[in-house]
Amino acid sequence: MEYRTVLTTCTYCGCGCGFYLEVLDGRVVGTIPCKTNPVSEGKLCVKGWNVHEFIHSPKRLTQPLLRKDGALTPVSWDEALDFTAKRMREIKEANGSDSVAFLASAKVTNEENYLIQKFARAAVGTNNVDHCARL
Amino acid sequence: MTNSIVELENADCILVIGSNTTSSHPLVATRIFRAKARGAKIVVADPRFVQLANKADLYMRHKLGTDVALINGMMNVILSNGWHKQDFVDERTEGFEEFRKVVEQYTPERVSEITGVSAEDIRTAADWYANAKAGSIVYCMGITQHTTGVDNVKTLANLSMLTGHIGRESTGVNPLRGQNNVQGACDMGGLPNVYPGYQPVNVAANKEKFEKAWNAKLSDKVGLTIPGVLEGLSAGSVKAVVIVGENPMVSDPDVHHVEKALKNAELLVVQDIFLTPTAELAHVVLPGASFAEKDGTFSNTERRVQRVRKAVEPVGDAREDWKIFQDLSTRFGYKMEYGSPAEIMAEISSVTPSYGGISFERLEGDGLLWPCPSAEHPGTKFLHQGKFSRGRGLFHAIEYKPPAEQIDAEYPFWLSTGRIHVHYHTGTMTRNSPTLHKEMPEGFLEVNPVDARALGVKSGDAVRVASRRGEVVIKVDITARVTQGTVFMPFHFVETCANLLTNPANDPIAKIPEYKVCAVQLEKAL
Repeated sequence: MEYRTVLTTCTYCGCGCGFYLEVLDGRVVGTIPCKTNPVSEGKLCVKGWNVHEFIHSPKRLTQPLLRKDGALTPVSWDEALDFTAKRMREIKEANGSDSVAFLASAKVTNEENYLIQKFARAAVGTNNVDHCARL
Repeated sequence: MTNSIVELENADCILVIGSNTTSSHPLVATRIFRAKARGAKIVVADPRFVQLANKADLYMRHKLGTDVALINGMMNVILSNGWHKQDFVDERTEGFEEFRKVVEQYTPERVSEITGVSAEDIRTAADWYANAKAGSIVYCMGITQHTTGVDNVKTLANLSMLTGHIGRESTGVNPLRGQNNVQGACDMGGLPNVYPGYQPVNVAANKEKFEKAWNAKLSDKVGLTIPGVLEGLSAGSVKAVVIVGENPMVSDPDVHHVEKALKNAELLVVQDIFLTPTAELAHVVLPGASFAEKDGTFSNTERRVQRVRKAVEPVGDAREDWKIFQDLSTRFGYKMEYGSPAEIMAEISSVTPSYGGISFERLEGDGLLWPCPSAEHPGTKFLHQGKFSRGRGLFHAIEYKPPAEQIDAEYPFWLSTGRIHVHYHTGTMTRNSPTLHKEMPEGFLEVNPVDARALGVKSGDAVRVASRRGEVVIKVDITARVTQGTVFMPFHFVETCANLLTNPANDPIAKIPEYKVCAVQLEKAL
């Protein structure tokens, strides 16, 4: 059995509490508050204490899906990404850059948000980038 | 937030308005409790009797959407008693005279009629806040999710400038951001009008800078906000939409309208960790990684940039989101080849002045609060010390405007929506967490006991709630947390989706929808 803990930051609200995820044989099995985190100081709310529970949910998406004959069908990454890139290029060429829009995310990391907006602005050529800040 | 979270502990008066802090930001609420234990006055203003109201030294229950009137009333009292800080107003602000003329019209008696709060309570709140050594304002979506959202925020800024409660330790204006990385998504330019670090896209120098950094031709046309994207889909001007980690089919107002718009897309790509109602409509669904499955950073509500660390590999064939974007971009024809999130952060800091001194190495320990412009800079605990970012602080003369939708004979109840403590947003994660799901497995509608009697319903009975846009059948929770004539519904539950009812009317500047106020009718469901 391999057990370790990994210090990280909560994915729920904007407080930014710190905790250790307990990892047992490649699965996250628990959450331990971090006493030295400047925001949470060893405390967590009910959501934070249970944050490990959804990670290995059997309902997680585990493979790319492509709509074929009306139904979402499992496909390879190559097929999903090639289809997406090709359709986006076609739509951009036919209707202009501003016919494509992106909803970035308050859930993903800074680095990922940076890449989404860079993709929208530099690759597609549109400033149609927004996210749920208002919601 | 202009201040860091821990500073709230040392405020002498905290005005909490439109924030259900104990439910939505529990670890900020801890600081408010500590301030109270030190002797600080806690003033809570909220149309709903939120848990924090129990601990308040003064609770003001103003009517939905009357925030501008209430704060103008407090400022009227402050001015007529000479409790304002004239030195601060003279040295650091502008626009005061015009502002004063408007505020003079909001006498406590008149405001009492608009808001339903007694003139005496308005006077007490004004006294405590203005005369505190360190006064802090805490607000959340109860302030912003209105057609007057921008007016509400500017009015709170007026209050802090009038009293000089800004730019010092433990004094300031502190919006609590609702999502773990909503601050970061804004900082990174996940907005239609700005590049990373709030550099406007329509300023030529910024465009040139980023064209050089990214080696690409850029557009100087401000892009579309989410409501604009939905309109564009309906009108046919927007054809392709990529949605990452968002669920507008539950979170956006007037869901029927959202569904119609999304179904109009020629290409809808959804990247998420669960098959959300939004993903179910997509042409392509890309399985992303949860926060436990990748490295990176989040920026919290106090501007603290902190590390996210990979604990396990993504489940199944799911991939880290940054790898998906760069693969997609390369296939689209714009090459991206980052080796790690740390490498991406190095690029971010090179083009984003407020993140200029941030690197993964420096984030070990407590993280860093931006602005952090250089590698030696320690980060910034509170903003606007000595000088506002724009130079002089600008007073805005703002009149009270009622909500967009009014109750009438057909729709006689006010509906407000919000979060509850065990669930988070559209429930994608919390409702897949067995412990949290067990605590609160389904939605409910809070109804005042007097209204419940008139409707002939008991707790647990079902009612049909209808607005001009849709209807929901939902169990009632009879409680005096809501006033007579007002009902409240959490928006986490797709089966009883509050956003089938809400009004998409939005603020003219911020485009934020009026989730907090709409008109509904109720009847007992048989």
